[in-house]
Amino acid sequence: MLLFKEMQSIVPYCIIRNNKIWRNGGIIFEKHEVSLDDFMQEAYSTLKISYPRFYKMDRLSKLGFLAAEILLSGLQKKWEANQIGLVLSNSNSSLDTDIRYWDTVKTITSPSLFVYTLPNIVAGEICIRHGIKGENLFFVLPQFDAEWMTSYVDLLLISGRAKYGLAGWIDVQNDRADVFLYLTDQPIPATKLLELYHDGTVDA
Amino acid sequence: MMEQLTLNLKKQIIEVLNLKHLTPEEIIDDQPLFGEGLGLDSIDALELIVLLQQQYNIRLADPQEGPKIFKSVNTMAEYIVAHQKP
Repeated sequence: MLLFKEMQSIVPYCIIRNNKIWRNGGIIFEKHEVSLDDFMQEAYSTLKISYPRFYKMDRLSKLGFLAAEILLSGLQKKWEANQIGLVLSNSNSSLDTDIRYWDTVKTITSPSLFVYTLPNIVAGEICIRHGIKGENLFFVLPQFDAEWMTSYVDLLLISGRAKYGLAGWIDVQNDRADVFLYLTDQPIPATKLLELYHDGTVDA
Repeated sequence: MMEQLTLNLKKQIIEVLNLKHLTPEEIIDDQPLFGEGLGLDSIDALELIVLLQQQYNIRLADPQEGPKIFKSVNTMAEYIVAHQKP
């Protein structure tokens, strides 16, 4: 049974990779030959998002914010924010910001960078924006692990601790972003999830 | 001199607080920086303390003074003029 009317695939999902943004398999934004910072800024402006806090976020949070915004704001079906559980993962933790913060430690430390020196802050930013009050988890793994991801999301859904799972991979390092975020209300086969994760890399 | 200082302060506030959606002209001299004004938060307050230290070599001796000093760009400029060493 399909959960969302406009779904083209098994679940709504968003990918941000190689200066492109895909939503449910279709490219909705691309900007080449610009830095990751400029790419995210252009995406924010082009998608007509209005959320001044975005400017204060670190790159990991900006990526997660953009993906969640694209995924959740386009849904026709009403969902209860307090019934969403978050399961996120990446391999570089908050290293991108840790390095920037370390640079400031040499002179006067930056409080606004310090608050982003944990990977799960991106989950907090998504929760604040969308009023999500469900459980949230953030795993640091060697690579995207569809089996791992589905096992935790399934557990949340089957146990009734969440009605929807907002889950995926949000990673950034060395100006390279790799984001795959999806929303589901039912268990998904790990093989299918892995297929979706690799969607978009074909024409990259 | 005061006019130049407030303009510099606005540029520095935009830079250090990542308020890139704003221009210096959009920040009014006596507009509250916190709450209903620019909507800054407690982390921003810490960044403003760092700004005073880095750009003007002024260390805030008493943190309790913060709300008074950081009320607006005008109050920040007045504090800088009164406390900056020549």
